Amino acid sequence: MRALCWEGAGALAVRQVPDPELRNAHDMIVRVRRSATSGGDLPLLAGRVPEATVGEVLGHEFLGEVVEIGPEVRRHRIADRVVVGAAVACGACWFCRTGLLDCCDNGTSGVTAEPPWVQPAAGCYGRPARLGGFAGGHAEFVRVPYADVGAYAVPEQVDDDRAVFASAAAPAGWQGAELGGVVPGDVVAVWGAGAVGQLTAGAAVARGADRVIVVDEHDDRLRMVARHTGAEALNHRYVDVLAELRERSGGRGPDVCVDAAGPPAGPTRWPAVEPDGGVALREAVHACRKGGTVVTLGGGTAFVDRFPLGAVTDKGLAVRGGRRRGPAAIPELLDRMARDELVTEHLATHRLPLERGADGYALFRDRVDGCVRVVFTP
Amino acid sequence: MARTGWLAGSAVALAAVGARALVRRWPPRAGTDPWPGRWQVVTVAKRPEQVLPGGRWPEPLSRLDGAVEVRARAAPGGRGTELAVRPLGGEPTLPGPAAHLVGDEPGRYLRQVLRETKQLVETGEVLRADRSPLDRPEPAG
Repeated sequence: MRALCWEGAGALAVRQVPDPELRNAHDMIVRVRRSATSGGDLPLLAGRVPEATVGEVLGHEFLGEVVEIGPEVRRHRIADRVVVGAAVACGACWFCRTGLLDCCDNGTSGVTAEPPWVQPAAGCYGRPARLGGFAGGHAEFVRVPYADVGAYAVPEQVDDDRAVFASAAAPAGWQGAELGGVVPGDVVAVWGAGAVGQLTAGAAVARGADRVIVVDEHDDRLRMVARHTGAEALNHRYVDVLAELRERSGGRGPDVCVDAAGPPAGPTRWPAVEPDGGVALREAVHACRKGGTVVTLGGGTAFVDRFPLGAVTDKGLAVRGGRRRGPAAIPELLDRMARDELVTEHLATHRLPLERGADGYALFRDRVDGCVRVVFTP
Repeated sequence: MARTGWLAGSAVALAAVGARALVRRWPPRAGTDPWPGRWQVVTVAKRPEQVLPGGRWPEPLSRLDGAVEVRARAAPGGRGTELAVRPLGGEPTLPGPAAHLVGDEPGRYLRQVLRETKQLVETGEVLRADRSPLDRPEPAG
C-alpha cells in the first residue's frame, strides 16, 4: 500500500510499504477515506523525537471503512464507516474503566522507551514504535488495535469531511473545556486559533460560557473564529493581551484559560527562537483570575523554563493538562455533528491527495495560504 | 508493615531488606538504579484470586519461576491487585529469559514482564506492535 512516511528531519515521502495485518484478536483493519494533519506531528516531522525511525507512517486523525476484523471484535462489521480515536486504549484497565482512556495502562506495545516518569500513557497512531506507537493513518490501510474501544460508527448524515475531525481535534477541544470545568456564565480565554483552539472555543460556548475570547496572531484564523465559533478574537500582535482580557472580564481575569497554541509555526522559528516554548502557557497563568483554572493541551512541548509558579500559588490556580483525549467523547461529538451543532469541515482549508502529503505538511507547518488543517484522501 | 497483608505466591519471600545508602539522582539514568534488586510493582485491575488463581503465577511471569520472588495484595480503593516482583538475591547464572535479570537492566526487564502479565490478565492478550519500518523490505517508490 501507499503511505506517507517520515524520511528524517523535515522530510516526508509517499512510499510503498507492506499492508497492515491483524496482530491481535481485538484488531481490525480500516481502509482510510480521510486523514488530517495535526500539530502533534510537527515535533516528529522536525526531527525532535529521537526514538523515530525512518519509514514511520505518520497521522493520528483518520476515518475509514472496515475491511477486516479480528475474532474478538464485537461492535463492528465489514464495510462499517468508522472514525478512529487517536489514543489506543484497552477499555479494561482501571484508568479506562474510570473514563481516563488517554491514561490507559495497556495501550502501548513491545519493548518501549520509558519516559522519565515511567508511566506510559495510551498509545497513539503515527508515533514511533519505540514509544509504543502504531503505524499512522496517512496511508491506504491502518491496523486498529482494541477496535471495540477506539473506533465508532459514523452516523449516515455526517459526511467524511466533518467526521474526520471527531477523531482527535474535536475530542481535544472538548477536553480543553471539560478539564477547565467551564460552566454557564464563565469567561474563557483560549490561546491558539488552530483547529483545536477553535474547537475548544466552540466547546466552551456549548457548555454555556458567557464570553469566550481566542488569542492568536493570524488574522485569517481569527476571522474563522469569529465566523464559526461565536467567540471573540484577539490578535496579540496588536493588543496588550493581559490588559485586554482584564478589561473584558470585569477586571477579574478569565475564569478558565486554555493553552491550545501548539508549537510555533515554521521551520526556522521552531525550535530555535523559543526553545522552551511555553509563551502561551505563561500568559495564561498571568491572565487567569484568582482561583481559576489553567488548562494546557500540550502541543509537543516537553519542558518549559521560567514557569510562573509564584502566580499559580499566589492566585490559587488549578493547572490541568491533557494531550490526547481518549475516544470516550467521540459518540457525543458525532451526535452533535449529526444535529449540526458541531460543524468542522471549514477547518479543512486544504484538501489534497495523499501523494501530495509532503506539500500538505509544508503548508500546515508554515501556516501559509490560510492553512488550518490539510485533509488527505488516499 | 503495610495494613493490607501480602499474599503468598509460589516463591514468596518477605525478608526485610537491609537499609542501604542511596544517592538520589534526578532524572535517573537508565541502568544506574543504585538498588537493582528493588521490588517492581504493577496494579492489575482484577482481584488477587484472579491474578494468582490457586497461588499460581500468571504468564509470562511464571517463566521466571526460581529466579524472582513474587508477592501480591489487594490494592486500596477496589483497584485490583498490587503485584510485586524482584530478583532473588545473589547473582546466579540464569537460563532463558531470566538471564535478563543479570547484567543489563533487571528492573526494566521486570517492568516489561509485569506490563505483559497485566495486559494478559486484564485484556486477554499481549498487545503486539505493528511491524516496524526496520522489519520491512527496502521501500520502493
